[in-house]
Amino acid sequence: LDYQHVQVPFEITLWIMLASLAKIGFHLYNRLPSVVPESCLLIFVGLIMGGIIYGLNDKSPPVMDSDIFFLYLLPPIVLDAGYFMPSRPFFENIGTILLYAVVGTIWNVFGIGFSLYGICQVKAFHLQDVSLLHNLLFGSLIAAVDPVAVLAVFEEIHVNEKLHILVFGESLLNDAVTVVLYKLFRSFCEMPTITSVDVFAGVGKFFVVGLGGVLVGLTFGMTAAFTTRFTKDIRVIEPLFVFLYSYLSYLTAEMFHLSGIVAIIACAMGMKRYVEANISLKSHTTVKYFMKMWSSVSDTLIFIFLGVSTIGENHEWNWPYICFTVIFCLIWRALGVLVLTFFVNRFHVNTITSKDQFIIAYGGLRGAICFSLVFLLPDFHRKKLFIAATTVVILFTVFVQGMTIRPLVDLLAVKRKRESAPTVGEQIHIRFLDHLLAGIEDISGHWGQYYWKDKLEYFNSKYLQKILLREYDQPKSSIVLLYEKLERKHAIELAEAGQLGHAPSHPSLLHSGFLCSNNNRTVIMDKKLEDTLNPDVLENIQEILARNLYRIRRTGPAYNRHTLPGETEPMEHAKEILILRHKNL
Amino acid sequence: AVSHSQITRLYSRFTSLDKGENGTLSREDFQRIPELAINPLGDRIINAFFPEGEDQVNFRGFMRTLAHFRPIEDNEKSKDQNGPEPLNSRSNKLHFAFRLYDLDKDDKISRDELLQVLRMMVGVNISDEQLGSIADRTIQEADQDGDSAISFAEFVKVLEKVDVEQKMSIRFLH
Repeated sequence: LDYQHVQVPFEITLWIMLASLAKIGFHLYNRLPSVVPESCLLIFVGLIMGGIIYGLNDKSPPVMDSDIFFLYLLPPIVLDAGYFMPSRPFFENIGTILLYAVVGTIWNVFGIGFSLYGICQVKAFHLQDVSLLHNLLFGSLIAAVDPVAVLAVFEEIHVNEKLHILVFGESLLNDAVTVVLYKLFRSFCEMPTITSVDVFAGVGKFFVVGLGGVLVGLTFGMTAAFTTRFTKDIRVIEPLFVFLYSYLSYLTAEMFHLSGIVAIIACAMGMKRYVEANISLKSHTTVKYFMKMWSSVSDTLIFIFLGVSTIGENHEWNWPYICFTVIFCLIWRALGVLVLTFFVNRFHVNTITSKDQFIIAYGGLRGAICFSLVFLLPDFHRKKLFIAATTVVILFTVFVQGMTIRPLVDLLAVKRKRESAPTVGEQIHIRFLDHLLAGIEDISGHWGQYYWKDKLEYFNSKYLQKILLREYDQPKSSIVLLYEKLERKHAIELAEAGQLGHAPSHPSLLHSGFLCSNNNRTVIMDKKLEDTLNPDVLENIQEILARNLYRIRRTGPAYNRHTLPGETEPMEHAKEILILRHKNL
Repeated sequence: AVSHSQITRLYSRFTSLDKGENGTLSREDFQRIPELAINPLGDRIINAFFPEGEDQVNFRGFMRTLAHFRPIEDNEKSKDQNGPEPLNSRSNKLHFAFRLYDLDKDDKISRDELLQVLRMMVGVNISDEQLGSIADRTIQEADQDGDSAISFAEFVKVLEKVDVEQKMSIRFLH
């Protein structure tokens, strides 16, 4: 038995296998994912594994190595997020997102740091030796909202596009702030005296880290686009370039102490449009699938490792400190969101409602980033206290907040619904008006910061397209591409069925090939609806309408971890609408 | 009245849509907007811009249609009732929507017209029968004069609880 020879790859593969099997297990039992978010279940599995390892070896199980997390597990997730990030809503709300990410995080860091310092002054807790700097350092790593956890939980609750993008964008971009503050306080801890010059250097460093990350990302993105211009004859390795360049941008940024997350996002968003135009359709599908696969695996592994690392002797359980940490995290986040939203609503007409604010505040989950950062702390005698506090905060946010956010959101929504149940006519007309307004808004084109978008488009069409695109064509939006794809498919299938010119009636659209109908659709109810005043019948109608009326674009999440962009429900509706219109032409 | 900056902005949008650069928009220019292609009411909305029987719309017509969707300002609400009703009043907004239903312009939404719109807004899982009963139900709820069609007054009544001013106003970001 030559175990030593294969040990490392073997164990890695076994862990990944465990993660994937766990995922299958959850989805076999259908009701579970709706009550308990997947992340909780995975941590639970990790806890069990950790317990087993601890029991067998009688020493602490392997703690998740910070390097492994930051270098191997985090990049795929962030790349997936950045690549599939819908750029229109992202840039429309970029001001708000940046405000929450930068100002909000700074607010949280200082708030939590100072309040915990205040707690440490209380003699009864035996915490006097934790200095202000240490508290601020701890604050900087615990304040950051984690994109992995947020994504995992937000899939369960159906929020509208704008809200989704706000929380998600914030969780991605606050990395720059976290990195700067963390490193700043850490270096302060080691310096004997701190002058104001150092503080200003810290502030300047923040801009360098953020903007530098964006620059690095864009450089690699443009280079990737340029490379794909020449890959016409070697289609097979095209997907590789996307991944190689993105990963390189992350590593380069980290090398220069810039924000790797911001870099990889900038790279993905920058190269997406040119790369997609240059590479073949099959390579495109490959890229999308691999990205989803890797990010899924990473995501699962992170949560399992979180669970495993919790067990063991790494913790010092000083309960007052821990409890107050949790309380302050909640309080400061809520306060921060309230104050910032107040300012944001003054400048924008479409306000962020209080329900939205609640979701933003309550949805500020902490995750694996905090966990890894705490292990990276220099060894000082109170490190275990911080590790314990971090663990509890993460477990609390993921389990308690993760599990209760959906019922709470439903409760808030239900409260408003009970005021008046809309009649059937009202429902239809309201939806009609919604579609009308969406159409008018698209025509008047006022969505977004039009001026900069125009300037960027001009720059793009004059210079960038000529350099980076192989076939310099009118860039087509994804909807036009989709329409063309459908036309081709339709034509092929009609030709195959020998039915050119035959228009099928509506119910049979369901059975014809190109409506890859999704599993969770309403079963067609075949009741004889004679008396429409019957309350049972009314309820059926309400149900039918609620489930089948097309939603307007902006009321669903624009990004989904587990499905490709072409297969989400709004896209299915889009396909149906296009087909119907095509037939009516 | 529409502000100067809003006019400028709409004009730049108009010119960017006008690919033929002849000062008017045709239906093709509208159809080039990708989001409209997947809007269930896309074609009807486009038609609303074009005056009866014409194929081109100039900037004035463009603005006129969009003026229906200006938010109602507070100071306008208390204006005197003697002047002509502004285009963006609640009644005119609803009339605009009504005209999108009522294709044959007989000032009534008949069962057929309602069915057409319903079919556009609903997925393919609904059978014609079910759709028919939904339409019947809608007409039944709204119909007060017993003609099995929805007149404009009945339409307004159905929507009396709805905040139409907010629903049918383009939210200009300042």
